[in-house]
Amino acid sequence: MEEELTRESICQQENLVYSRTPLMTPKALSYCPGCGHGTAHRLIMEVIEEMNLQSQTIGVAPVGCSVLAYDFLDIDMQQAAHGRAPAVATGIKRLLPDKFVFTYQGDGDLAAIGTGETIHACNRGENICIFFVNNGIYGMTGGQMAPTTLPNMKTATSPYGRDVVSMGYPLKITEMIAMLPGTCFVTRQSVHTPANVRKTKKAIQKAVQCQLDKKGLSFVEIVSNCNSGWKMTPLESNKWMEENMFPVFPLGDIKVPKP
Amino acid sequence: MAKVKGEIVINSERCKGCELCVPVCQQQTIAMSDKLNSKGYHYAMSINDECNGCINCALVCPDGVISVYRVKLKDAAVA
Ligand SMILES: Cc1ncc(C[n+]2csc(CCOP(=O)(O)OP(=O)(O)O)c2C)c(N)n1
Ligand code: SF4
Ligand code: SF4
Ligand code: SF4
Ligand SMILES: [Mg+2]
Repeated sequence: MEEELTRESICQQENLVYSRTPLMTPKALSYCPGCGHGTAHRLIMEVIEEMNLQSQTIGVAPVGCSVLAYDFLDIDMQQAAHGRAPAVATGIKRLLPDKFVFTYQGDGDLAAIGTGETIHACNRGENICIFFVNNGIYGMTGGQMAPTTLPNMKTATSPYGRDVVSMGYPLKITEMIAMLPGTCFVTRQSVHTPANVRKTKKAIQKAVQCQLDKKGLSFVEIVSNCNSGWKMTPLESNKWMEENMFPVFPLGDIKVPKP
Repeated sequence: MAKVKGEIVINSERCKGCELCVPVCQQQTIAMSDKLNSKGYHYAMSINDECNGCINCALVCPDGVISVYRVKLKDAAVA
């Protein structure tokens, strides 16, 4: 007689193939249901766990919905003033070059108030990683227009849609910083499907490795949803993102590291 | 004939009912509860024995509340 497979016999530690990394703290995430910030956090922590970097990592949290990232990521963290994370990370990395240092920033933080810090950290080629979650809006403050907001997109501050004549065009800061010699690896990914999650994790691994190899600044944009700000369900927002965000912010590597 | 068998365990108290895990499951294993958890969300639950342990659901869950288990089946065990 074959042994019968029961739910109990399958759900044993030795058969575990996936569970939340212990580098995520037990705290419940403060994010809205379905928000990509949670997945982005988890992937960074999985890479840090797998590369055994927990004790030597210092993360810099932004202002935005992920302002509380230090509550969720079980690593040393510093929270920076709005947009200033790349400057703070610069100081940390220069003083403690053996630490693995990254920033985690939204589009309002990185591409609006922090544009100067972003561009100059990239131009200086600081040996840090920047993880940039672009949801095309100021999520935290209630869905105002960001530099990354799409043409004709309705937000709290563009209620008739973003008119590019008076409000400008979506800022492709990732393409901009890829032109700078200080950046070594620049890529744009997403975390809304299993395949994209796997690709994003590989990109994060590559970014971390670039820093360990002292190659300069690596920059991983993650195009993500803000279902609350976009006023959609999570599933609708991911579909909308594919149809509307990806044509403007196409996924893929923009600059690959030199061997 | 299936060569593997999986099971998922969902922390239903931590599930936020976003439903992102539902369409990525090709085995139609996940559905949302009629009941609410203590935070007021309909939570995801396993509704059949078809799970193959592919981990798709766990990869897209923003809150990381799905654990996946998988065993290899000996041919004879597949009745
Ligand atoms: C100096 C300063 N200016 C403005 C604000 C208000 N503020 C808080 S978060 C935010 C934008 C956040 O948007 P984003 O970086 O895209 O993050 P998200 O919440 O979308 O992830 C703004 C403008 C602030 N906190 N500090
Ligand atoms: S407001 Fe938007 S970015 Fe912020 S947690 Fe909610 S869905 Fe995510
Ligand atoms: S592990 Fe795969 S087959 Fe099992 S429930 Fe999740 S998505 Fe479905
Ligand atoms: S993806 Fe996670 S949080 Fe969302 S419904 Fe499924 S189990 Fe719940
Ligand atoms: Mg944003």
